[in-house]
Amino acid sequence: MIAILDYEGGNLASVLRALDHTGFDACITRDFETIRRADHVILPGVGAARATMHHLRARGLDKLIREEVIGGGIPFLGICIGVQVIFASSEEEEAECLGILPGSVRRFPSVFAGEQLKVPQIGWNQVRFCRPHPIFSGVEDGASFYFVNSYYPVPASEELVYAKTTYGVEFASVVGKGNLVATQFHLEKSGVPGLRMLENFCRWDGSLC
Amino acid sequence: MLTKRIIPCLDVRAGKVTKGVAFQGNVDVGDPVAMAKHYYEQGADEIVFYDITASHERRDIMIDVVASVAREIFIPFSVGGGLRTLSDMRRVLLAGAEKVSIDSGAVRNPDTIRQGAKAFGRQCIVLSMQVKRVPCTPNIPSGYEIFIDGARTATGLDAIEWAQRGEELGAGELVVNSIDADGVKTGYDVDLTRRMAEAVGIPVIASGGAGEPSHLYDVFSQGNADAAIVASMIHFGTYSIPEIKDYLHRRGLPIRMV
Repeated sequence: MIAILDYEGGNLASVLRALDHTGFDACITRDFETIRRADHVILPGVGAARATMHHLRARGLDKLIREEVIGGGIPFLGICIGVQVIFASSEEEEAECLGILPGSVRRFPSVFAGEQLKVPQIGWNQVRFCRPHPIFSGVEDGASFYFVNSYYPVPASEELVYAKTTYGVEFASVVGKGNLVATQFHLEKSGVPGLRMLENFCRWDGSLC
Repeated sequence: MLTKRIIPCLDVRAGKVTKGVAFQGNVDVGDPVAMAKHYYEQGADEIVFYDITASHERRDIMIDVVASVAREIFIPFSVGGGLRTLSDMRRVLLAGAEKVSIDSGAVRNPDTIRQGAKAFGRQCIVLSMQVKRVPCTPNIPSGYEIFIDGARTATGLDAIEWAQRGEELGAGELVVNSIDADGVKTGYDVDLTRRMAEAVGIPVIASGGAGEPSHLYDVFSQGNADAAIVASMIHFGTYSIPEIKDYLHRRGLPIRMV
């Protein structure tokens, strides 16, 4: 069973539909026992970092994610806002986040190299792999994925960066450590390569060798 | 680098695609779910549905269509047509659409844009506008006026000013439909699109007038559009999405190839 964390964020059902389509058994849940027993856990969503953190804390999910999901070795996938809240803090309303990975989240500049940069970034952009990861299996390096984001993750160490994307600035579009992996783009809305990465995650045992 | 998006548009009335279609192969012509799936597999970057069902009670059919589409395609899609209230928008988003498109309803009640952006995030709110060339006047300094209700009713609003107001109110993207270019197949209104792209800081989606791949090239390269809507040029089988994308890619534009 794959647990999609229910925290009143948007977009939960589209991840569920994508998993249904690929044939995996999943549910949207906030029940601690279900999450503890899950084979995989996904934190998806669109929205703001502060509101997301508020909902996670109100349900005690922040502690559960940190201590029993990540700490317990369950493969964990963050998507979009789910990548942003795993860092220590976000520039977005100066939100304090989960602090699972060292680093922060910054807003795209509205002007870059003299050119106006539209914020949020909306559309398909290329994801270039920096190093192998089990969820990349069968996905072409440089394939395009669907992004909707005003903020981007800035990990404290290059060792956490698995893929990069350029939108004015070059930023980390896939980050990970151990049994945790997170994508800034929407796997569930990125066509065939997105579904493939989602399937790879669902087959992943959380180890990196 | 962000790619230029190609967005097929399907007009749906009472659960069926209305414009004539001449698909080759085994696509169930007129079925919005089958057509959306076909375009998804062909490499569409996004899909737009306009519900042109007249009567209110039949809108439930559109919700069923949205829910079925959401189970079959895994790219973003938006739904527009007759959405007036927050609860109209919420139903469509909960059924699986990524975005809602508002048009005449936003002109009548601009606060709809603000409310929608606050409730669902601005990336969900697409402001669609029907624009016609008119003589420049003090009220319409750009020479482009907003029309509503299927291009029948003039509003006295300047199109550029309305676009900027829409952005301020919280629209995440703009669809700019040229009434003059629509259905004529002689190309998008490149001047209008470029002026919109210069006037706002959100993505601009050109609509109306596409008849051949070079029209998309022009509106992307000279009109600075972020995306372009295509309808009859693909619905009638004159061109396929891969053909259009190949053409644009060969001419050097950033295009998502699948």
